[in-house]
Amino acid sequence: MSLDLKVDGQSEDRAEGYAQGILGTPMDRPDGEAKVTGAATYAADEVPEGCLVGMLVRAPGHGRIEVLNLDEVRNSDGVRAVIRDPRMIRNAAQGTANQAPVQGVDKADYIGQPVALVVAESFETARHAAHSLKLRTDGSPGIVNPEDAEPEGEPDTTTGDLDGAMSSAAHSVDVIYTTASSVSAAMEPHATLAWWDGDRLTVRSALQMLKYNRNELADSLEIDPENVRLLAPFVGGGFGSKLGISADAVAAAIAAKELGRPVQVVQHRRQVFETVTRRSETRQRIRLAADAEGRLSGIGHESLVSNLPGEGFAEPVAQATHFAYGGAHRVIGERLARLNRPAAGSVRAPGEAVGVTAFECAMDELASDVGIDPVELRLRNIPDKDPESGIPFSSHMLERSLREGAERFGWAARDVAPRARREGEWWIGTGMAAAFRVNLMMEAEARIALSPEGAVVETDMTDIGTGTYAILTQIAGEALGLPADRVEVRLGDTTFPPGSGSGGSFGAATTGNAVWLAAQEIRQAIAQRMNCDEADLTLKDGTAICGNESRPIAELLDGGSLNGHGHVTAGDAFSDVRQSTFGAHFAEVAVNDVTGEVRVRRMQGTFACGRILNEKTARSQCHGGMTWGIGMALTEGLTHDRRDGHIVNRDFAEYHMAVNADVPPLDVHLLEERDPWSGPLQAKGLGELGICGAGAAVLNAVHHACGVRVRDMPATPDRVLAGLE
Amino acid sequence: MKPFDYVRAEDPAAARKAAATAGATFISGGTNLLDLMKLEVMAPDTLVDISRLPLDGIEDHEGGLRIGATVTNSDLAADMRVRRVYPILSRALLAGASGQLRNKATTGGNLLQRTRCPYFYDTDTPCNKRTPGEGCAALGGETRNHAILGTSDHCIALHPSDMAVAMRALGAQVEVEAADGTTKLHEMDDFYRLPGDTPHIETVLQPGDLITAVRLPAPQGDRQVYRKVRDRASYAFALVSVGAVIRMEQGRIAHAGVAFGGLGTKPWRDPEVDALLTGNAPSRELFDEAADTLLRGAKAQDGTEFKLPLARRVLRATLEEATQ
Amino acid sequence: MKITLTINKHAQTVDVDPRVSLLDALRGELGLTGSKKGCDHGQCGACTVLVNGRRINSCLSLAVMHDGDEVTTVEGLANGELSPLQAAFVEHDGFQCGFCTPGQLCSATGMLGELEDGWPSHASDSLEGGYELTEEELSERMSGNLCRCSCYPGINAAIRQAAEKDGAA
Repeated sequence: MSLDLKVDGQSEDRAEGYAQGILGTPMDRPDGEAKVTGAATYAADEVPEGCLVGMLVRAPGHGRIEVLNLDEVRNSDGVRAVIRDPRMIRNAAQGTANQAPVQGVDKADYIGQPVALVVAESFETARHAAHSLKLRTDGSPGIVNPEDAEPEGEPDTTTGDLDGAMSSAAHSVDVIYTTASSVSAAMEPHATLAWWDGDRLTVRSALQMLKYNRNELADSLEIDPENVRLLAPFVGGGFGSKLGISADAVAAAIAAKELGRPVQVVQHRRQVFETVTRRSETRQRIRLAADAEGRLSGIGHESLVSNLPGEGFAEPVAQATHFAYGGAHRVIGERLARLNRPAAGSVRAPGEAVGVTAFECAMDELASDVGIDPVELRLRNIPDKDPESGIPFSSHMLERSLREGAERFGWAARDVAPRARREGEWWIGTGMAAAFRVNLMMEAEARIALSPEGAVVETDMTDIGTGTYAILTQIAGEALGLPADRVEVRLGDTTFPPGSGSGGSFGAATTGNAVWLAAQEIRQAIAQRMNCDEADLTLKDGTAICGNESRPIAELLDGGSLNGHGHVTAGDAFSDVRQSTFGAHFAEVAVNDVTGEVRVRRMQGTFACGRILNEKTARSQCHGGMTWGIGMALTEGLTHDRRDGHIVNRDFAEYHMAVNADVPPLDVHLLEERDPWSGPLQAKGLGELGICGAGAAVLNAVHHACGVRVRDMPATPDRVLAGLE
Repeated sequence: MKPFDYVRAEDPAAARKAAATAGATFISGGTNLLDLMKLEVMAPDTLVDISRLPLDGIEDHEGGLRIGATVTNSDLAADMRVRRVYPILSRALLAGASGQLRNKATTGGNLLQRTRCPYFYDTDTPCNKRTPGEGCAALGGETRNHAILGTSDHCIALHPSDMAVAMRALGAQVEVEAADGTTKLHEMDDFYRLPGDTPHIETVLQPGDLITAVRLPAPQGDRQVYRKVRDRASYAFALVSVGAVIRMEQGRIAHAGVAFGGLGTKPWRDPEVDALLTGNAPSRELFDEAADTLLRGAKAQDGTEFKLPLARRVLRATLEEATQ
Repeated sequence: MKITLTINKHAQTVDVDPRVSLLDALRGELGLTGSKKGCDHGQCGACTVLVNGRRINSCLSLAVMHDGDEVTTVEGLANGELSPLQAAFVEHDGFQCGFCTPGQLCSATGMLGELEDGWPSHASDSLEGGYELTEEELSERMSGNLCRCSCYPGINAAIRQAAEKDGAA
């Protein structure tokens, strides 16, 4: 049996009337104790007896690969194999690819491509042998810089006459922003343990979306997915980098089969920088045409992004621009440069993270030009329906976000002109930006077994730090009237029903609704045993109540158990209305007049994402997004060597993500909201909204502080200083 | 990491003897050496562990201090004499690395810290410092954390230390026991070599030479400032740093010891800058002239052009603070 | 090489290749996989453990150099029940994915000891001592531990709470 729902329209808010009262509360993570005691086991933490260690070897150049000392390395002490198998993958698969990415080791399309796996008895031996392998490449780098490529694609929205709108506008902005190539840099490097029992493969790996990953791995190995089991009970962060199967997994599986022993392959951090998809650098031309009051008549948002040949992903920079603001004349879209640089893919909030950030900087420039408050500029341009399709919004929370955020931040006290506040060497300023992120739903299944001891929830969904263990506990507990300690959530195993996987902020709402449906099925069964209508059933603390009758659930189960299965898919609700999440960012920064150094002094983020499932984990997600915004605006960027495209700064000493001292107090305000179009839980995605536009608030504050517009991110001291000089 | 012999030295003499063989190197904190060995940028045959030798004391010495080679960065920064009399040294140490690294990294090791040039770290690109005569990928490549002073056509690698900058400003000496047991004393100013056409030779140390201590003279200036500019608020190498030791007498600069990080192929100090400042009343013009003097021979790459104005501004601000 | 380490108060002898890092000895030879390898180069702090009471990056130290040393890992922080610091991390959501958490916990433990010993930091206005756990001091002193989930607000709140409890006791 299964309760299936295709979300075609609005759902009733059943949770509101439920009695357990744990949904939405700031409950501690049930997996918290395991994480603070070191008991939580990640991909590299369980090593069976007799396990061999594999180390990937990178291509030092482009073109055909020749190994000069294969036999020497293969025959050295402790080395069991040097594997160069055509099934090995070029780079991590794209999210939801569901099939093998580009494969092969004979030629390298980018520097850093894995072209061999050295397997040895110990990590030390494998690492040294991998270093010892001498490779020669014979190819030229080809095109490695975006400006040298003939880009693919045309703008996907061209409405009206933007050039005309620009020339007749009272105020206009025509600017180019660039954002740097960047990486997810999840703290857990990509790692895999693989072993075979006959034809059956088990893989423990660091992955976000197991149901797709299983097919990607099986397709890479040319085996039946039914023979593949993936395990990922704990994942040390993903942020897009673990959406698709990575090189370690395929190589470990091949080696384990060939050698008849379990094989562990952990990518070195420097390899993670190269073999896992990065966020493309972007070059964004933004045009804004407005009347004397700042009402937009035209919007242009044209971007150039890059990817490797053969990759079906282009950073959707203008994803939110299509619906963020009104304006009749529009040219919006991306072009793609094919480069022999490491592959690009989804990194936290693909599209909006960089697109909203640059666009909201341009909006700040328009506000300056018009001479109105930047909050007011946004308020004047909120559309009442989707400006391109004309469909209604499922809900629109931008105005509330802006007003409540401004209030909490103390925006009204702001000096209008830049360079108005100075403390010693430091210019002080404030800035703001709006936040947008599309709301997505995927397909998910989950099952619940209710026994006298409590409920066990199973799905192959992952918890990459997002709080899945917590929220699924709360959803099941709320629907079944059980306290959190009587709900056990089991994740990250493909023998469980396929969840949505973690990505695109859709995990919580999608898989959450599947769990919700599974619980509803059990509620119906309980109602039947209580001889009442399910709508009249109250479940609380393990007791079923209907009218005057009250019975312990354990008694109703009569020693047996009840099983529920939920299955949710996105339907017309995701095309009949425009679903988005909204928010507002405010930042105060200090800019050093001597050095150009920027310090963020405080930030405020106000976010509307439908029902908040766990107030504590939700807040943490927002902290994360806002901090990423600081990194994008100020410190983070991959440097590609212009001669051959290789990533120069591929370590944490030189790729600068925010450290503790870079992050000021962050005020997060979560707006109370229900979005009936988003499914029965009325919750929307929230893991990515926090990054969308956060960097713009920082950069706009930099301008307000010192009068310098930095249009090339990150705004490192040299770039700020260039404006101060 | 290449296999190596591990020898734990029981006393300095045994350490020197063990290290006098070809391919041997000392290890104490290991925070940079092991980093490089894992990438096989360095591949010694023998590691001589000196971490348990009695070189971890800080003693009063001839009006100054004698800092043992294995004193950790943390202990040195926290030493009350250093904090009170050589605050520039505490400040420089605390501006570097992280709490964990400072707990392991030692005084002698920090002096010998290798460059962070990304091409030096990448054994798939040519580097004259790593493999003499191989070529330099940084020239014409991506530069940012590279030197603009003391460079050559063979190497533009930057010396990344903060500690050594403070020590140069203080006029420190490096105490070395040679393989034959004799003690040598090198002025910090003479300890490091410019890259020239032998960038792999970074100091005057000979095989088997063991740094036993750093000697600080009695401070010649009570106004000590260390200022570091970096890409994030903490845990990053310097883009530019300036350390100044100044003594003022009757409104004039009576002593100036100014050293620089983030600029040179070695911890940088220019006697002409010190001479220019000495005897003069502080002024913006004077400081600008000092910057002109400092940067007169500077050779920036595309990615390091910004260091010219940045160095000028930071020098000016540091001297303003130190001479107020 | 045979070495003896006292790990979480228990003496243990292991035979290791001289190339094995303290981190790999803990994880591989001793099965203490709480300490994590995030970068293997002292650039992230996930491997932080306490050696003779001081926090270090266990990835950047050879096991053979620690013969006779006392090592405390995340597995040794709880004593039957969660330590106040561990409990505070759970309460304040001082982690999301949890991968950097063992390092954060060991680092915070060592850091609080350094503060108690009056060590200055880059954030200290004066070098004369008497440091308190201000936001600036706390965030500077914990900057050797990266958290990509960016739980710094929760981490700092947890450390502060644990430090206050400890101070009151």
